[in-house]
Amino acid sequence: MLKQTEGSRAVAETVAYCRPEVIAAYPISPQTHIVEELSRLVKSGVLGPCEYVNVESEFAAMSMCIGASAAGARTYTATASQGLLYMVEALYNASGLGLPIVMTVANRAIGAPINIWNDHSDTMSQRDSGWIQLYARDNQEAADLHPQAFRLAEELSLPVMVCMDGFVLTHAWERIEVPEQAQVDAFLPPYEPRQVLDPDEPVSIGAMVGPEAFTEVRYLAHAKQMRALEAIPDIAREFRQAFGRDSGGLIHPYRCEFADTIVVALGSVLGTVCDVVDEMREAGVRIGALGITSFRPFPLEAVRTVLGNAQRVVVLERALAVGIGGIVSANVRTALSGIRLDGHTVVAGLGGRPITKDSLHRLFTDAIAGRLGQLEFLDLDTELVERELARMARTRRSGPSAENILRDLGSNR
Amino acid sequence: MSAVQQVKFYQVGSHAAGNRLLAPELRSDQADPGRCNALTSGHRACQGCGEALGARYVLDAAQRASGGKVIAVNATGCLEVFSTPYPETSWQLPWLHSLFGNAPAVAAGVAAALRAKGRTDIRVVGQGGDGGTVDIGLGCLSGMFERGDDVFYVCYDNEAYMNTGVQRSGATPPTARTATTQAVGEDPGAPFGQGKSLPLIAMAHEIPYVATATVAGLRDLEAKVHRAMGLRGARYLHVLVPCPLGWGTASCDTVRIARLAEQSGLFPVFEARDGEVTDVTPLRRRVPVEDYLRPQKRYAHLFEPEVRTDVIARLQRAADRNIARFGLLAHKEASS
Repeated sequence: MLKQTEGSRAVAETVAYCRPEVIAAYPISPQTHIVEELSRLVKSGVLGPCEYVNVESEFAAMSMCIGASAAGARTYTATASQGLLYMVEALYNASGLGLPIVMTVANRAIGAPINIWNDHSDTMSQRDSGWIQLYARDNQEAADLHPQAFRLAEELSLPVMVCMDGFVLTHAWERIEVPEQAQVDAFLPPYEPRQVLDPDEPVSIGAMVGPEAFTEVRYLAHAKQMRALEAIPDIAREFRQAFGRDSGGLIHPYRCEFADTIVVALGSVLGTVCDVVDEMREAGVRIGALGITSFRPFPLEAVRTVLGNAQRVVVLERALAVGIGGIVSANVRTALSGIRLDGHTVVAGLGGRPITKDSLHRLFTDAIAGRLGQLEFLDLDTELVERELARMARTRRSGPSAENILRDLGSNR
Repeated sequence: MSAVQQVKFYQVGSHAAGNRLLAPELRSDQADPGRCNALTSGHRACQGCGEALGARYVLDAAQRASGGKVIAVNATGCLEVFSTPYPETSWQLPWLHSLFGNAPAVAAGVAAALRAKGRTDIRVVGQGGDGGTVDIGLGCLSGMFERGDDVFYVCYDNEAYMNTGVQRSGATPPTARTATTQAVGEDPGAPFGQGKSLPLIAMAHEIPYVATATVAGLRDLEAKVHRAMGLRGARYLHVLVPCPLGWGTASCDTVRIARLAEQSGLFPVFEARDGEVTDVTPLRRRVPVEDYLRPQKRYAHLFEPEVRTDVIARLQRAADRNIARFGLLAHKEASS
């Protein structure tokens, strides 16, 4: 049903139509609206039978999901930022035990300094956790990815993270086609666990594994994710047949045919990037964009096919790998190994800084004119950071940078 | 109990071994040759392990109480490591291990799934050592208590981190020597402090059932498991399980040492309902704390090179306080 609604609400309603049997949740901005709405849907009987459990921490939320999933229930939770980091130990456990938990992450920066606004620092830090990671371009896709995530998780016995940009998507009101119960039921069959805790057929899950088998277990985790490279497009194809919409899949190339310059991005910034691409194409610039939906597993072949003929690639990073620069870039470079082209890593929009069309125009023009370095920070106030660097060099105790910078900003006004 | 192996039964009929001369309804679960065996023999626990003994009795009794419908959730620790070195497992019941600090939450998740599926017949037992329960898992345990999740959680307390080589935990008693509370200088071993009594913390949550027990009172342990399994909601049992390796005691002395802990008053054995103490096990033969301390190498520095009468007296005062607080001598003193 087409309605004007908030991203979080559309996600919560869609998740409810997926009929999770256990939801364990702890509130953290900007995820809160999702779990609030789900609590209401369970309490009012719209979603049932479902156990909605208010837990004391994100660590407990993921731990409870582990227990519920191992006991054979379809299980869901949502988190963000510090909350995701608080569950890290359990995240690796959920994937290691092969439990098909689905979790929405409302992407947000990680402190210190504390910052509640959007970037991808949280989920990027979990790229090696063994979870499948799907990034939504818009709220329609954020909602649509959930039935697909449950299908994928349960087909492969792997946990899936659906990543949607905090505030930018979660709190944005848009026209969204929210699926109906019957449609989701037809797409997503009831969960049939492969291995379940059952007194009639006792199994031990979570045994200690020594050096003789640990490498093999990790290899199989990798092999399973590689299988997802086929399952993800298959499920997206089925979704299109059932719902008539293009959502999910591995990648979303946009006007990449005969493009000299291709911009790679994940998540909601893709919309702005595509607008700029349209404007520049109208001005005769051969530019395109590549959205990556599936960051884990990383679709090396698909990315290589799209980018292989370009002259230059600009990767917009919504997180920073401190000490090297790009996280997505490193993966893109692996996909392009052996191909010679100009590669640029641009760190953009950290902690909620807006990524404007003007900035992107300037950025892409610079890239095409050969004025862009290998690693750039979009809209960085160089004067401000130079001043702080000078202070750090001058005094032994420069104090926390954030406070110094804020003081400078204040005194300049 | 269909899928569960029956135990090999070695006991012969005597009043001492398994109460087989008693009427059937009074016999212990362990005295029944038809009982199931949750934790099979052949696991890799140390000889004389109190935790292995305690866990077997607890889970056998839990299975008996629920008609074999038990799922066990384990914290990381000795019990998990010695029972499931891949590809082997000693567990005859469905068993799940996730992490060190999350067993109560995982168990609560299993309970939530069973509830959603309408499987009220299957019961959940969570278990961990004192490290996983008193320290790193305390947050999850408190959450489980506070929500009243339908989980029976059992802590096997051997008073230190034995699995990693005997380091102190929040349950390590004052003056006990561990790898991280070495006996050096004037005030040796673990420092005196308020200590952390998890049974009292559990009671403060006003959950339906809290109890303590030791492996010296196995009939009592079984009975408490049966009582806990007869209730719903969050229930807690704290079992003292001596560790020959960490405590420096003979393997054959595990039960004797546990009994001395109880009889000295250092480990009060009691039951509580909804936050109030309802029953205590009175001391039949009170012993001075010295009798309990002396056989243990972890307290050797209290006796050599000189006897630390000051420290021992302080420990005695702690025991006396327990005895007064829980009325462990009430019956005897009234009659004498």
